[in-house]
Amino acid sequence: MDQKTVISLDGVTVELGGRTIFDAVNFSVEKGEFVAILGPNGAGKTTLFKLLLGLLKPTKGEINVLGAVPHRGDGNIGYAPQHRVLETDLALRARDVVGFGLDGNKWGIGFGSKKRDAMIDAVLKEVDAYQFADAPVGHLSGGEQQRLLIAQALITDPKILLLDEPLSNLDISHAQEIIALLTEISKHRSVTIMLVSHDINPLLPAANRVLYMAHGHSAMGTPDEIITSATLSKLYDTKVEVIRSGDHVFVVGAEI
Amino acid sequence: MFSIFQYSFIQNAFLTGSVVAVVGGFVGYFLVTRGLTFAGHALSHIGFAGAAAALLIGVDPIFGMLAFTMVAGAGIGVFGKDLREEDINIGIVMTLALGLGALFISLYNGYAEQAYSILFGTILGISHTDVLITLAIGVATIAVMAVIFRPLLFSSVDPEVAEARGVPVRALGILFLILVAVAVSMSVEVVGVLLIFTLLVGPAATATRLVHDPIGAVSASVGLALAYTWLGIFLAATGNWPVTFYIATISFIVYLPIRLITARK
Repeated sequence: MDQKTVISLDGVTVELGGRTIFDAVNFSVEKGEFVAILGPNGAGKTTLFKLLLGLLKPTKGEINVLGAVPHRGDGNIGYAPQHRVLETDLALRARDVVGFGLDGNKWGIGFGSKKRDAMIDAVLKEVDAYQFADAPVGHLSGGEQQRLLIAQALITDPKILLLDEPLSNLDISHAQEIIALLTEISKHRSVTIMLVSHDINPLLPAANRVLYMAHGHSAMGTPDEIITSATLSKLYDTKVEVIRSGDHVFVVGAEI
Repeated sequence: MFSIFQYSFIQNAFLTGSVVAVVGGFVGYFLVTRGLTFAGHALSHIGFAGAAAALLIGVDPIFGMLAFTMVAGAGIGVFGKDLREEDINIGIVMTLALGLGALFISLYNGYAEQAYSILFGTILGISHTDVLITLAIGVATIAVMAVIFRPLLFSSVDPEVAEARGVPVRALGILFLILVAVAVSMSVEVVGVLLIFTLLVGPAATATRLVHDPIGAVSASVGLALAYTWLGIFLAATGNWPVTFYIATISFIVYLPIRLITARK
């Protein structure tokens, strides 16, 4: 594995409860890449993240993340799972949620320190969420909560960010704001981002490459290579048409 | 008026009440945060069967309570996966326990007062031994809660990320329910099986509406639980009505306006 490769999957097969989720999947991701992961529900996008986080072992094949077999509790990977809206009655401020990323896994009550506050403030400013640092999380909008989860994933200064559907529940303008934010973070931190989404369009200006997953198989390449009638038809094993209109692409005949 | 403090049963009541209030307020914050208040309620009813069984075989009821609720708490933790189904399963086990409790009480030939005190609390009749038992269990519970505070809170709010970061989410969930069982068993001495919410949920629910940071909310919850208990015991000792009535009423009177003022859409 060369210096630039941060993630590689080699012949990875995953069977869960008698169902094959992955069938000999191969791909690799380089440092600083912004990869959009697309595919229908149940195609194994969340399973992929669990593999990379070391929460799940492949049935066959090899996975390498930052030069090692994935292991739980790796501070080099920042993770934001598919977001459920935080309840309104939680006695938690925005900064408490971000603080979990720093030391939520440590024992004890943790009374905090000036240094800890400064680190949280800095990352909140980076995601443009400092103005609601002390607000109860339940009072924040979906987009605001999403910023906090990104800040929480970023606070350990990871080399890889795994974001599971950060754009769901967001309207188009808020989705674009989050993508602009991620593009900025990816550039100046040279962090590798893998982002699961159901809509490729807002990601077209940002994503270097697309990982398309369907029916246990995957295809990876630039958006222009992957989002084509030929590639998707092969992946879905049925006739899929990709229609381009201006800056937008539409996939017809299959569920993204 | 303050001459009541010279009586040892009043001193015992204040000591036990204080320990129970601290544990209830502390554990209650997590119970509210994790949305497990019904499990807390059910555990107290399961504890009723344990207390009745202990009476039947001539053991201190607190040990029967602890045995039944800790096993049930661990069971809820181990088998409770599907949250939607969980309340139904807990409810069915709870009613079985209440049925057993009714059986044990009818088999027990002692005074019906015993059953009454399990249901409504017996704080003014607490023995010196009970004070020491409560104190020991209370200190141990608070110590464990303090150690697991951060990872428990992290896994309560965001279990998936917590797991990825190496927090033993499932084991903590089970351990927490065992601690809830202990807190419930202790609280029964003060407010009884039927009014467990007044100490375990009332103060925590009020505190989380007033204070928005975790350490502050836990402190407020403990503070409120102490205030309700002290005031309740004081009023009962100087008046004629039961402690339980006072604590439950104070808890309600404080919660109501705060609930209305901080009403959220």
